[in-house]
Amino acid sequence: MASGEIIIKGGFVVDPTSKMDGDVADIAIKDGKIVDKVSSSAKVIDAKGKTVMAGGVDVHAHVAGPKVNVGRLFRPEDKLLSGVCRSAMAQKNGARMESGFSIPSTFKTGYDYARMGYAFVMEAAMPPLYSPHIHEEIHDTPIIDEGALPVFGNNWFVMDYLKKGEIENTAAYIAWLLNVTKGFGVKCVNPGGTAAWGWGLNCLGLDDVVPYFDTTPREIITGLLKANEYLGLPHSMHIHQNNLGNPGNYQLTIDSLKLTEGIKTKNKFGREQVMHSTHLQFHSYGGTGWGDFESKAKEVMDYVNKNKAITVDTGNVTLDETTTMTADGPFEHHLHSLNHLKWVNVDVEMETAAGVVPYVYDPNIKVCDIQWAIGLELALYAKDMNRIFLTTDHPNAGPFTRYPRVIKWLMSKKARESVLDSFKHKDKVIDATTLHTIDRELTLYEIAQMTRSGPAKCLGMSNIYGGLAPGMNADVGIFDLNYKNMPSDPEKIETAFQRAACFIKSGEIVVKDGEVINRGHKKTVWVHVNMPENLQVKRDITQSFTKDYTVSLVNYPVRDYLAPHPFVLEVDVEA
Amino acid sequence: MATVTLKPTKVPELMLEGYSITPDAFAGKTPAQIAALPAHEGKIHVTLGDFFEVSGNAGVTAAETDIVIAGDCTRVKYIGSKMTAGTVTVNGNADMYVGGWMKGGKIHITGNVDSFCGMQMQGGEILIDGNAQNYVGCAYRGDWRGMKGGTIRIKGSAGNDIGTFMLGGTIIIEKDTFIHVSTHAEGGTVILKGDVEGRVGGQMVKGTIYVFGTIKFMMPGFKKVDRVELEVDGTKATFDHYIGDLGERHPKSKGKEIFADLYVKA
Repeated sequence: MASGEIIIKGGFVVDPTSKMDGDVADIAIKDGKIVDKVSSSAKVIDAKGKTVMAGGVDVHAHVAGPKVNVGRLFRPEDKLLSGVCRSAMAQKNGARMESGFSIPSTFKTGYDYARMGYAFVMEAAMPPLYSPHIHEEIHDTPIIDEGALPVFGNNWFVMDYLKKGEIENTAAYIAWLLNVTKGFGVKCVNPGGTAAWGWGLNCLGLDDVVPYFDTTPREIITGLLKANEYLGLPHSMHIHQNNLGNPGNYQLTIDSLKLTEGIKTKNKFGREQVMHSTHLQFHSYGGTGWGDFESKAKEVMDYVNKNKAITVDTGNVTLDETTTMTADGPFEHHLHSLNHLKWVNVDVEMETAAGVVPYVYDPNIKVCDIQWAIGLELALYAKDMNRIFLTTDHPNAGPFTRYPRVIKWLMSKKARESVLDSFKHKDKVIDATTLHTIDRELTLYEIAQMTRSGPAKCLGMSNIYGGLAPGMNADVGIFDLNYKNMPSDPEKIETAFQRAACFIKSGEIVVKDGEVINRGHKKTVWVHVNMPENLQVKRDITQSFTKDYTVSLVNYPVRDYLAPHPFVLEVDVEA
Repeated sequence: MATVTLKPTKVPELMLEGYSITPDAFAGKTPAQIAALPAHEGKIHVTLGDFFEVSGNAGVTAAETDIVIAGDCTRVKYIGSKMTAGTVTVNGNADMYVGGWMKGGKIHITGNVDSFCGMQMQGGEILIDGNAQNYVGCAYRGDWRGMKGGTIRIKGSAGNDIGTFMLGGTIIIEKDTFIHVSTHAEGGTVILKGDVEGRVGGQMVKGTIYVFGTIKFMMPGFKKVDRVELEVDGTKATFDHYIGDLGERHPKSKGKEIFADLYVKA
């Protein structure tokens, strides 16, 4: 953290946290925090004619962990033509080699997020057993602050407790696991379905019974929602719903979202929702098959708009060649049988599974184009932009480096239309979607809500990230966009967000004119729960590690040295 | 047509990444400009002029440009890679990736080439007078999109992994080949004039292989269906016709399953 003072002068500040929408104002920085004022010796950065925003917050991306590494290992072709030739200057500055497109190396991940002005990224699925590796990899990713969500939706302890309706025991287990894995919150992927995959089955409906465990997705989702609020964690339960990616799944999506009704939020972190439903694009499909596949974004968003207990992220398809990776094991097998490309399947004992398959979102294929439209429709139908966030479910629907392109499409009907016009099956795409009827163009303020203040609040960190109020982290991006005179060419919006004119992370200038000039001081953020000991859960854990796990309990936790730059959010649970 | 001649002046200490040696990069340039084109020796930025003496003139377009390298390029990679037109002739050997990702034009190497010759090529012609190492006309490591078009003719022998993931085009090996031919292929033609050790057509979905010599170890996934008279690369002969790989998925066309064809000279 730099102690130096900086003042960013004369920019158009777009900051929903302090309700500033293009106001010309100065932003003062001292000791890594935003402050009211600085002394006259502060370093001056001229932002005149440019847009100033807080550092971006990514609520859901797969940027570290075993499946990301599997993707890197089994897709050398992803690196071949995507590397950046370091300039002699960059080599001299100690910049590391960058490679990979959909699954970039750790260095490229950190650099690319920084170039786009992002300060915090949430790794969205951490298999608890492999949490030491994930923390090592997070530590290897420069500049950006990161956290990781352990997966609970197919965990044997969780299913055993929830089958019997034991919320308190589930909560105690969650607390223990968050503490030992240095995790951030409760992730739930294809609840019950991934466990069923161990028997070659899946759970495609809320009441499908999970073999052996004799529970259902409905019980798991409801139980995790309640356990999360019992603990009062900063983030809500974060769910990847059942039946992802299949035509006609939107009804199940709405039914799952309805499980939040009657559950009240309880936390001290300013969070209002009880469920974060991720990559909603993959869950908003109509039709009975790929032939009559269509968008149901409107129907899904009509429900989301009504229910304040829900936040969502988009999961925009970017029409690129990418690598899909998820803890939804059966889905990846399904995808492999559709595209016949290489497939990796992994079981994580007692906890979860994962699959990896490359995927090409080909603009010449109707279904891919409809998926592209659905992702954009979701955001354009949203009423409260503080409850819908921009993601590509990196790398599943596209790499995170395409966020600026998605912003361009959301901000410009012209840009959307030129993509629609380029489609081979344009008419069929128009028949199956409503994107072409939407005139809405998002404003910079709305984009800042979707990428900054909204996700920060959803994660319970609205007083730390995503805003420019005094006392918050000094993460500030300056983008080459004139708020008062926005470019008529939408490409310029993409260019401006792809390469920040300047990015200050924790009070240090890390990017200048789109080039990384400093490797910054990253932090790993996790949640530590203080609660009275639950003897039954303690006994169950000890027994299971003796009987079932291939590792012993003492070797399971993430050691402190693996996450040497901690930023810990303490949660106190009363007895 | 205009000819540019490169005369090697220095043997690179590391391998030279000669990705600029293509008619596309040379077209419309003076010898001085060509000498200033970028290359890499390891991680060090160098220029072609550091290793070659450039003479003659390039044409206005790639199609009007012939490149002659008057000497050995055993330590130069990527000659003619990604080229779309024109010709490249090397009077000597060349290293890896000759004509990789090539789309058109002609490459003639009078000596031997190392591995990955014609990798993922889409069109054009490659003629090698000597031998080739492994991965002739293959896909890049990990990629499932191999050679799509064009012709590779190796007058000598070749190593392993010929036409992996091949989708189209023709590969001719005039002498012997070792193992793995058309693995995972979904199209294209491979003609082997000599003998081959084995693993011919493993996991092959579609495409054709002709073998004039013998296959020492036949894949179990191929089944003999008939015996046919064919003219292949100008030679008439009788072949045993096999279909396969029966262990692999096969697409259907008009209700009939499509197999890969393997013809072995009877």
